Amino acid sequence: MTLTLGHFLSLGAMLFALAVVGIFLNRKNLIILLMAIELMLLAVNINFVAFSYYLGDMRGQIFVFFILTVAAAESAIGLAILVQLFRNKSNIDVDELNMLKG
Amino acid sequence: MSQTLSASTLLTVAVAPLVGALVAGVFGTAFGGNRIGRRLSHSLTIAGVALAFVLSAMTLWSVAIDGARFNQTIYTWMVVGGLKMEIGFLVDGLTAMMMCVVTFVSLMVHIYTVGYMEEDDGYNRFFAYISLFTFSMLMLVMSNNMLQLFFGWEAVGLVSYLLIGFWFNKPSAIFANLKAFVVNRVGDFGFILGIALVLAYTGTLNYTEVFARAGNLATLGFPGTDWMLITVICICLFIGAMGKSAQFPLHVWLPDSMEGPTPISALIHAATMVTAGIFMVARMSPLFELSDTALSFVMVIGAITALFMGFLGIIQNDIKRVVAYSTLSQLGYMTVALGASAYSVAVFHLMTHAFFKALLFLAAGSVIIGMHHNQDIRWMGGVRKYMPITWITSLLGSLALIGTPFFAGFYSKDSIIEAVHESHLWGSGFAYFAVLAGVFITAFYSFRMYFLVFHGKERYDQNPDAHGHHADDEEPDPHAHHDDHAKPHESPWVIWVPLVLLAIPSVVIGFMTISPMLYGDFFKGAIVIDGEKHHAMEELAQAFHGAAAMGVHAFTAAPFWLALAGVLLSYLMYLVFPAWPAAIKRTFSPIYVLLENKYYMDWFNENVLARGTLLLGTGLWKGGDQALIDGLLVNGSWRAAGWISGVVRRFQSGYLYHYALSMILGIFVLMTYFVWR
Repeated sequence: MTLTLGHFLSLGAMLFALAVVGIFLNRKNLIILLMAIELMLLAVNINFVAFSYYLGDMRGQIFVFFILTVAAAESAIGLAILVQLFRNKSNIDVDELNMLKG
Repeated sequence: MSQTLSASTLLTVAVAPLVGALVAGVFGTAFGGNRIGRRLSHSLTIAGVALAFVLSAMTLWSVAIDGARFNQTIYTWMVVGGLKMEIGFLVDGLTAMMMCVVTFVSLMVHIYTVGYMEEDDGYNRFFAYISLFTFSMLMLVMSNNMLQLFFGWEAVGLVSYLLIGFWFNKPSAIFANLKAFVVNRVGDFGFILGIALVLAYTGTLNYTEVFARAGNLATLGFPGTDWMLITVICICLFIGAMGKSAQFPLHVWLPDSMEGPTPISALIHAATMVTAGIFMVARMSPLFELSDTALSFVMVIGAITALFMGFLGIIQNDIKRVVAYSTLSQLGYMTVALGASAYSVAVFHLMTHAFFKALLFLAAGSVIIGMHHNQDIRWMGGVRKYMPITWITSLLGSLALIGTPFFAGFYSKDSIIEAVHESHLWGSGFAYFAVLAGVFITAFYSFRMYFLVFHGKERYDQNPDAHGHHADDEEPDPHAHHDDHAKPHESPWVIWVPLVLLAIPSVVIGFMTISPMLYGDFFKGAIVIDGEKHHAMEELAQAFHGAAAMGVHAFTAAPFWLALAGVLLSYLMYLVFPAWPAAIKRTFSPIYVLLENKYYMDWFNENVLARGTLLLGTGLWKGGDQALIDGLLVNGSWRAAGWISGVVRRFQSGYLYHYALSMILGIFVLMTYFVWR
């Protein structure tokens, strides 16, 4: 059995679906939410790398670096927000956080 | 052009009464602090009108003798695109004659008012109004363009409104002046439509320019229909004349206008303002000549008015209302003459009528004063012994009115009858019948009033509701201290002098002026007749052999005998056999009831038109405004917005995972769309 593009894309799709399910099944912890978002980005990265390899075009892999950088920054900011949130509300329970409601 | 006709002279004619009106109206009333007294305000206004009269007479002289004409714009009010709004004067035979009639009658009425309104609190206000009226009427007749004509038209309407409601504490007077105002608006609506059509198709309001382009108008059709444009214009203009000159069916305001003081009934509602419509149609003769349909319409309306309003005069008991219905009927005569293309005859009758009808009204006012403000002719009688001058002048006026040969009214009325006889337009047969029958009726009701007032038994002490207690028919009585059984007395000189001065032209003016006015060059250039289509005037001219011959010939013609029969019948019924009228009333009670209710015109107007309009208005208000606009559009839109936002805000739960889900779903939808499209 050889690995084809389809295998990689399937892996990316599975990871993405896992992340989506993680976002709305998770009612408990904001950290899991952040992790699910990271997982989504990684699924995208896998797609980029797979296409880059099979099309022989390096630009896709350059994108991956950018995305990883941005994702790291985003995680940092997300964790910072999370720390502040915890200081204010003494918990990070997702069900309790509905302050976005107008 | 003659030296005497300068713009400044003409301007003085118009402005002199205005100055008097402003001074008396501002400084003589509470408005300006009552700074001038009665004597000064009546002297000023009389002086203004007298000046206007003298200058008008000089104008008439130079127009008639030297053939002078004046047509000039003296002030441009504004220019909008190609439309010029100007103030200017056009003086020719028609204008000069109208100016003289207006200022002369106005002067007489001014003098008369000094005596008539002596005990009234609104003395200065009254003088201000009648002078203002004189100014407005002069602006109307002297105008050289339709805009100024319309200004004068509305201004006389305004003064008429003010004067009918002069005694503003009387509910009936307020009702009457509102009625006059509203009915006149109906006519004015037609009038302004006519003016607008003229403006739209000729691009100018100046008479001379409009008439120069009248030939083009005649070839056009009214857009969207197969009517002739000129017919539409003429009928619209004539609707204006119907309102102002109280023609059927817009006549209803004139009898009620008798709520005003008697001097203005003479000045406005008999001699001048109500003839403005006749004047206007005569002035527009170059337009009316182009449309036989419009002329037929004019003639039929006039004939209906002349005949049926005369019938109503027979059963009235209020002395002023009898004269008012007689005025309506005579206005109908003038309108018939217009329809027969005998414009000069109509204007001639306008002039003679102005004199004798003003005389009759002022005489009626004199009787009212003599009878201590009783207006009901059933409770008069035998007055001739006590008021000899009023008696004689009234007799002369009545004789002129019924068309006794050699009196003024004879020449004009007989010419009208002949002109209608010669007309071959549709409706002229009916009109001829109407004017002939009208002669008999006019004679009957005029002399009914005359006999009841001046002859017969003295009944003034039998009035069941002696003066002052009959709120509807009587003027407010400032001297209730009078003994109920006081004898009538002759009026003071300020009242009888105008009567005498008006009686003179009522007798002689027709004899003197018939040949220049009807058959001479006096109206040359002012009145245009299409001789090929309408030859009534030519036929009249051929039959005319001088005023004296016409008077003699009248004794062999039908109108004279009809008038005589009317006089004799009223003599028999009201002096010899006083029981007859009651018997006839019983026998023909359905007709009597119909006449008493004035053909149910007022009922129709109040219950069908007014109530219908009210219902329509209420319907539009409730249905259109409240339900549709307020309910559905205004309140409905905020309700809809509230409901929609109520639904939408449920999506904003505040939970992160809901937002994330909707973002992801959105991406899926977009991607599906882009991939599968």
